[in-house]
Amino acid sequence: MELNDPRGPAGQDPALREGFVSPNWVTTRLDDLVNWSRANSLWPMAFGTACCAIEFMATAASRFDLARFGMERVAYSPRQADVLICAGRLPFKLAPVIRRVWDQMPQPKWCISMGACASTGGIFDNYAMVQGIDTIVPVDVYVPGCPPRPEGLLYGILMLQKKIKRESVFDPSLRVEQLADQSGLYLEPAAVDEVSEPFGNSVHQTRSA
Amino acid sequence: MTGAAAENPTVPSLRARFGAAVGRSAVVSGATVVWVEAGRAHEILTWLRDDPGQRYDYLVDVTAVEYRDRELPLEVVYQLRSLARTAMLRVKIDLPKAGPLEVDSVVDLWSGADWLEREVWDMFGVRFRGHPDLRRILMWENYSEGHPLRKDFPLRGRFSRSEQVRRALSAGLDAHYSLDELNIADAYDELPADVRERLAARRERER
Repeated sequence: MELNDPRGPAGQDPALREGFVSPNWVTTRLDDLVNWSRANSLWPMAFGTACCAIEFMATAASRFDLARFGMERVAYSPRQADVLICAGRLPFKLAPVIRRVWDQMPQPKWCISMGACASTGGIFDNYAMVQGIDTIVPVDVYVPGCPPRPEGLLYGILMLQKKIKRESVFDPSLRVEQLADQSGLYLEPAAVDEVSEPFGNSVHQTRSA
Repeated sequence: MTGAAAENPTVPSLRARFGAAVGRSAVVSGATVVWVEAGRAHEILTWLRDDPGQRYDYLVDVTAVEYRDRELPLEVVYQLRSLARTAMLRVKIDLPKAGPLEVDSVVDLWSGADWLEREVWDMFGVRFRGHPDLRRILMWENYSEGHPLRKDFPLRGRFSRSEQVRRALSAGLDAHYSLDELNIADAYDELPADVRERLAARRERER
């Protein structure tokens, strides 16, 4: 093919020549298109509170390069963010703050809980620490580790992308904001107990009790 | 000097001057510790700061200790340093738990004591008389479970996890992270002269 062929690369393909497809338009499902664009430009809102945030920085820096997955713009503004990454333990004092940040993020939005402390409270089974951020904001992907290596976080992000690619734009239930019930909680104690065994130093105490 | 470190010569001077108000003293891991009477602690600390022979001009830390033995009193600890003489002194005050946990604030002597005393109040419940702004500093303002570093405080807090989450979420965010608290205008008069000049010059430029 000559480089200046006015028919473009399609000029070589008999099927294209017959007009079934053209390099200028494609057919796809709307879900695939929307999910493809969403999954590949996730802007993270880094909520770094502890050592996991150091690993997050390593992930975002050149060696591991978060930008390879469309996340080069780390938004330190919730208004321009898609993924809340809670990197580190969350004390009760910060609980209303992370909830405010989450509420300020526009839909569609997702959340990654990075590390043992964000996911379960980790070793901090004490008076000051939230025992898992999922009691305050809905979490899509939990990345285990103390702290997780950058590969771990990247794997979590790839899992999130996979999850996003299975969503449907016609399912409004995915975008419903989870609000506090009358008791002021986002997840009722029974729901917390259902997913958690007694843990920590105590074999009697669950995450809600 | 043999194996044990010598006692800081400040201690005999303290005894000579304040007599019975100065209690026992000890050398612990090379550091001299001296116990003083709660009622005269402020006077003694003032002397330690101002006496030309002592000049403990830098307050390193204020903290408190509660021992597992319930009979033992709670201790308030002042770690002093003389920058000029490169000398350290640890002053302790015994506070029997039966009585009121109160001592005089030393913010008027070392303004750095402000947040340190707030932390001791927050964590141990020791009140500092004369402190200009004795609020909680680590826990939030309407934290209602008491003082977490006391021995009678349960490790996981007094309420269930879900109740703790509920209380934390209901804490008024704007009330506790107010802009007033971060406002440099309030601190203007206390700022160093060069910072004041710089701020004034910038205000002039922006006009």
